[in-house]
Amino acid sequence: MVGKGTVQFMTKPIIAATGVTAGPLEKRKSSFSEYFDKTYDDERLDLQSNEQGHTQLISDACEIAMNKVGAAIGEADFLICGDLVNQMTPSNFAARQLFAPFIGAFSACATSVSSLVIAGLLTEVGMSHYALAGAASQHNAVERQFRYPIEYGTQKPPTSQWTVTAAGFAVVSPFKEGYPYLHRATIGRVIDYKLTDPLNMGAAMAPAAFDTLKRHLEANEGKDIKYDLIMTGDLGKVGSALLMEMVKQEELLTHPNMYLKDAGKEFYGDEPGVIAGASGAGCSAAAYFSEVYTKLMNKTYKRVLLIATGALLSPLSFQQGETIPCIAHAIELISE
Amino acid sequence: MDQNLYKSIEQSTSPKRPLLKNVIAAFVTGGIICTIGQAIQFFYMRFFDFTERTASNPTVATMVFLAMLLTGFGKYRKIAQFGGAGSAVPVTGFGNAMISAAIEHRTEGLVLGVGGNIFKLAGSVIVFGVFSAFVVALIKTLLVKAGIVSW
Repeated sequence: MVGKGTVQFMTKPIIAATGVTAGPLEKRKSSFSEYFDKTYDDERLDLQSNEQGHTQLISDACEIAMNKVGAAIGEADFLICGDLVNQMTPSNFAARQLFAPFIGAFSACATSVSSLVIAGLLTEVGMSHYALAGAASQHNAVERQFRYPIEYGTQKPPTSQWTVTAAGFAVVSPFKEGYPYLHRATIGRVIDYKLTDPLNMGAAMAPAAFDTLKRHLEANEGKDIKYDLIMTGDLGKVGSALLMEMVKQEELLTHPNMYLKDAGKEFYGDEPGVIAGASGAGCSAAAYFSEVYTKLMNKTYKRVLLIATGALLSPLSFQQGETIPCIAHAIELISE
Repeated sequence: MDQNLYKSIEQSTSPKRPLLKNVIAAFVTGGIICTIGQAIQFFYMRFFDFTERTASNPTVATMVFLAMLLTGFGKYRKIAQFGGAGSAVPVTGFGNAMISAAIEHRTEGLVLGVGGNIFKLAGSVIVFGVFSAFVVALIKTLLVKAGIVSW
């Protein structure tokens, strides 16, 4: 332990490969789409229900990732993943198909990093050769649960975000030259700044991202570390502007404008239909394990800090007037 | 950062709903929907044997039918993103609330899915609509009995 809640991976577990699948809108509009491994022309993946499509999205991404390391899906030592649907049935059902030892992980939209941390720790203790970690979301399945029916006519405010249809998975393996490795991770604390608007999740999550970022940087004390990229998960336009404001006010980073980015803000480029940007567990997973991973592999990025953010609310909790607690997990990846 | 300071920054940073634009868009959208409804009512009165009072039933049914088509083809939510209350308040909005819920829950079966959820959003409109109609009728009855107004 290098700081409270910060873990250092001494054996440098690597991300050996990734697999990213995404839906039709993401295929057409996402700024990361060229990095996706597989996209579909149907939101449900031509299956019976949105939830079945969601499940398939996960198992396809896992299979692609495992194929890239030249292993069959059955050779995965562990599968750690989560999504946003009640009881995480898409993840559980995908795990039924994949039949690997499975831990369901829920940190809302921060699951991409929390599952990666667990996979890293299992590899760190020498108990895993191939640990699959990731997260996923499917627009229709998530929206219907947290908000209204898809076709219901309601005017979304300028702060609302669009849940992505995507799954991103990474294969974590013991150290090998030439691959980006897991350096440090900071486990988030649940932060609640008493915001209540479920259609402005970016603003609710920004303080959690700030807390984790601050703690991660403090654990690195004494070293003036240069990051090529610090990417938050799905703060969107509103949340990332707020995080930037906080970082500037507390002078946490020297030139935050240059490398502090947000996957949710960038996910759909300038597409106006998504309003304040993308969100969902698949948002950070798809961005991190596609573009960021590729750029780590080709050494465009040498050191990145990924901070996935999650809002830990349920439709029930906000109807009962509860505020929105949020969490952010960070992982630092190095490519040498 | 202090919670209150953050809240004040958040209040000034988060974009607000553009109230004036929304009000104008709602006026225009609601106006167009009602004009179409009026045209349909005149159509029923002109070409069928309906009076102004009896024409309202087929008019409402036709409007809901149109809302159903627009909802099914994914257009109503786009109209609503522009029109806001203008598309939510007329009977087409009520139709959209029912139909969108019915489409959404089709995968859970006809009885427990569609049947059980079709009034998920529209249910509160019915509950409070019926209740307020009852209260209004009660007041009117009392006023008539007291001889203040007549039917």
